[in-house]
Amino acid sequence: MTAKISYADVEVGTELPAQTFPVTRATLVQYAGASGDFNPIHWNERFAKEVGLPDVIAHGMFTMAEAIRVVTDWVGDPGAVVEYGVRFTRPVVVPDDDKGAVIEVSGKVAAKLDDHTVRVDLAATSAGQKVLGVSRAVVRLA
Amino acid sequence: MALDQSFVGRTYPPTEPYEVGREKIREFAEAVGDANPAYTDAEAAQALGHPDVIAPPTFVFAITFKAAGQVVADPQLGLDYSRVVHGDQKFAYNRPVRAGDRLTVTSTIEKIRSMAGNEVLDIRGEVHDQDGEHVVTAWTKLVARAAEEA
Repeated sequence: MTAKISYADVEVGTELPAQTFPVTRATLVQYAGASGDFNPIHWNERFAKEVGLPDVIAHGMFTMAEAIRVVTDWVGDPGAVVEYGVRFTRPVVVPDDDKGAVIEVSGKVAAKLDDHTVRVDLAATSAGQKVLGVSRAVVRLA
Repeated sequence: MALDQSFVGRTYPPTEPYEVGREKIREFAEAVGDANPAYTDAEAAQALGHPDVIAPPTFVFAITFKAAGQVVADPQLGLDYSRVVHGDQKFAYNRPVRAGDRLTVTSTIEKIRSMAGNEVLDIRGEVHDQDGEHVVTAWTKLVARAAEEA
């Protein structure tokens, strides 16, 4: 496990490079196939609206997969992630156009822990709304 | 109807092993648009100290959630899955999942409670490899929303 960021070089408040992740209907179909989650709320607009959603929504686990990239791209080694948890607060609504939606993710070091680990708090929004709450990762640095 | 509290602490039998394939990891990494070479290039993964390509952190959910299906579909528990949404998700890793792993999942109901008519169910999935080594623990909180008044 070989993180490229050194524990000694970060402090509480250190910001990780923020990223934006586009998501279209095609993204959701591809993610459904790769993850095995074929719930129609993620690809069928008629069904999504029947169950009271504004439109097709992204898989929560898709958003969770994107958000951790801010951490794994920062440390280089995805195997350095020790813990990762999120709360799904609002859905990412994905309209049927060629732009889709965008998930914006930022992160900062919230605590320095034992054994060269740090806690990173992540913030994820889409269309100005927070889509993940209590989103935290513990990662082992070099 | 409230879920039966006597199910708290119930552990379900381990699942049949799921064999993690390199191409399945690649497919997942492509689906989330993640080009980290540790997911697709064994040499790059080895340079980081892993014996083979590793899976993205959330990959294992497909395996643990399928295992949680035993709980969700248990007719004695009586969860109305059509009303279920995913509330929280957490993972604690002993090591990353990697190609060649044969993973079994043991699911336990950790908590059941009612909040404002919603039923909240916490399921813990313990993931072990073919040697019995613990790989990752997944906690999944499912919320069955209260049925609307007819």
